[in-house]
Amino acid sequence: MGKESKLSANIQNMFSNIGKNVKEIGVTFTEGDWKTKVSFLIMGFGQLMHKQFLRGIVFLAVEILFLYYMISFGAKYLAGIPTLGTTATYVDKSGVVPVTVYGDNSFLILLYGILTIFVIIAFVYLWRVNVRQNRQIQTYLAQGRKLPTSKEDLYSLINENFDKTLLALPNLGVFVFIILPIIFMICVAFTNFDADHQPPAALFSWTGFANFKNLFSIGSAGFGSTFFTVLGWTLVWAFFATFLNYFLGMGVAIMINKKGIKFKKLWRTILVMTIAIPQFVSLLYVYKMFANDGLVNGYLLKWGLIDNFIPFWSNATYARILIIIINVWIGIPYMMLMATGILMNIPEDLYESARIDGANGFQMFMKITLPYMLFITGPYLLTSFTGNLNNFNVIFLLTQGNPKSMDLVGGAGYTDLLITWLYKLTINDTNYRMAAVIGIMVFVVTAVISLVVYRILPSVKDEEGFQ
Amino acid sequence: MAKTNKTRSKSFHNKVSNTITYIVLILMSIIWLFPFVGLVFQSFRSYATEYGGMVSYIIPKAFSWDNYAYLFSEECSFVRWYLNTLIIAFSVAVLNTIMILCVAYALSRSRFKGRNFMMQLWLILGMFPGFLTMICLYFLLKQIGLTQAGAIPGLILVTVASAGMKYYVSKGYLDTVPKALDESARIDGASNARIALTIILPLAKPIIIYTALEAFMAPWCDYVFASYVAFGYSDSYNVAVALQRWVWTNDYQGFFTRFCAGGVLVAIPVTILFMCLQKYYVEGVTGGAVKG
Repeated sequence: MGKESKLSANIQNMFSNIGKNVKEIGVTFTEGDWKTKVSFLIMGFGQLMHKQFLRGIVFLAVEILFLYYMISFGAKYLAGIPTLGTTATYVDKSGVVPVTVYGDNSFLILLYGILTIFVIIAFVYLWRVNVRQNRQIQTYLAQGRKLPTSKEDLYSLINENFDKTLLALPNLGVFVFIILPIIFMICVAFTNFDADHQPPAALFSWTGFANFKNLFSIGSAGFGSTFFTVLGWTLVWAFFATFLNYFLGMGVAIMINKKGIKFKKLWRTILVMTIAIPQFVSLLYVYKMFANDGLVNGYLLKWGLIDNFIPFWSNATYARILIIIINVWIGIPYMMLMATGILMNIPEDLYESARIDGANGFQMFMKITLPYMLFITGPYLLTSFTGNLNNFNVIFLLTQGNPKSMDLVGGAGYTDLLITWLYKLTINDTNYRMAAVIGIMVFVVTAVISLVVYRILPSVKDEEGFQ
Repeated sequence: MAKTNKTRSKSFHNKVSNTITYIVLILMSIIWLFPFVGLVFQSFRSYATEYGGMVSYIIPKAFSWDNYAYLFSEECSFVRWYLNTLIIAFSVAVLNTIMILCVAYALSRSRFKGRNFMMQLWLILGMFPGFLTMICLYFLLKQIGLTQAGAIPGLILVTVASAGMKYYVSKGYLDTVPKALDESARIDGASNARIALTIILPLAKPIIIYTALEAFMAPWCDYVFASYVAFGYSDSYNVAVALQRWVWTNDYQGFFTRFCAGGVLVAIPVTILFMCLQKYYVEGVTGGAVKG
């Protein structure tokens, strides 16, 4: 079963669905009585005529609000989308008193334009529901069944439709604060919205794939070499941050779980404390510990082990290694907690029979513990890897992406991840267009890794469980 | 004879390996605790008699409350920042938990049209880096007056609005609550809402505590978006935004010990709370890992 055939089946499905809908709408109109026909124009009319007041009023209100929104607000922004505005705001100094002449604002046009498109889609959907309800009314009446009253409609919100009640607010929130902004930023990646094009004084406009070309162009002005440096380090970092923590954390859990080790709870508590203390406190303190005039250098100098301070943070290689080590310090407790819980679930008789066969500790780890852990924690490893690709806090609180270099453009440093670079481009350079492009690249990297790994995970392939 | 020899060598072997384990564990404990011990010691170093910046020793020459006194003095708004963070943390803990439970319950209990689409869409949305949309969110908040002076409600709004996307662990937990419970209540004529509130909710206590704890701890570290939304308006800072300036910005030379004192005050309540609810946290972390 190829992916293409699945996709084409999906597309076929979609078209046949649309066809079915259009046909049903047509049938509803031709077979409908006059109330239904009026409902095509005035939403909720049929419902009101059949005393379904709640439904009728809601649909009527939706239509009135939609028309009001489009006329007073939506239409002009929607019309501006192809150009993103033509006249900038400027100060007219020709007169005696300078007058500010207000023009378009690309930012608003893009944002509200996208919003308007969604409003239209939602309206079309509701209109379709309205038509379907009218058809339902007619079939119900033809069959002599009772129509649901307003009271029953309300009650269904806490019974049959309780899931919709629960999901309404979360979905609204996700739409306004996640979907809308993400689509806006994806669009920004195809414009020239940067420090030189800050509306309303200077408008930005569509530039096609220019920013993507810039990202991959290796040259003095292009982002190419910086992008690949940062991407490379991001992947290296995510690899070490995930697997080093994973195996060391597991090792610590095994050590604490070992038979004959006392004060198990004490050891765990000491480690778990690092989870509790807010990272900005612990990481900033650790950052200062390794500063040029920090404690570590201070003691090393005092004991005569070194003659000059070690530039932990200003040397790219030192900084990178140190970040990975400090991340182990942060990561082990999490992994230890998790591994402890899972290790206790491994059936003891597995070890017992292995011991009888004469296996030593290492062999038992390789043959029993590790496969079991990998099987159970496969999905966790994946989320942890993608989480580390975007591990802003550790990098930013420790180095802020420094040390910087003249070889890197866009204010990037040698410990910058894509995500911290994106942040810098947004905050320091207000280079929104490149920030948006990098955000899309982060998405692409995350999505590709997730898809590929997800397909080879044993726990996904074989849901039967660990044998 | 041979057998006793073997057991003796085995117990000897065990002793050695246990000793090594103890040594490793003790060393680890020292490394893990060192920064916190250091933090506490440095917070007691006096600004007046010694120095507030970086020094190359841990134990201060004389203990003093200078740094703490400064935090609570008129010239520093530490109390304000602390209250801001507390307000955010409490509101987010309550509201996030409600949002997450709503989504988790709906996805766990009902199979409605578009359920798979919604879950896949949210999964894909989660792959976009959060900071990508920062300027857009800032603008949206600004439109409703929730930046600078209104940054605190603004931050709460943004956090809570998208909280539903973190439903995975809770849904995994609710999936393990047997559906037979719902069925029998439904036969007795209970509505879905009643079933959710009176039967499922009490059973979900561990996961509720886990969710609330997670949500409560996050705002103490929220630096990025918080500093962006409160930009330049110091009354709206939270502790993370305010204190990190004392470490990063050169204008605050000699504020290091004050940072330490602030850090101690932030860490104490959060740590105590965490330690008390540790059991639930472990359950959540382990459950989340297993279910993915």
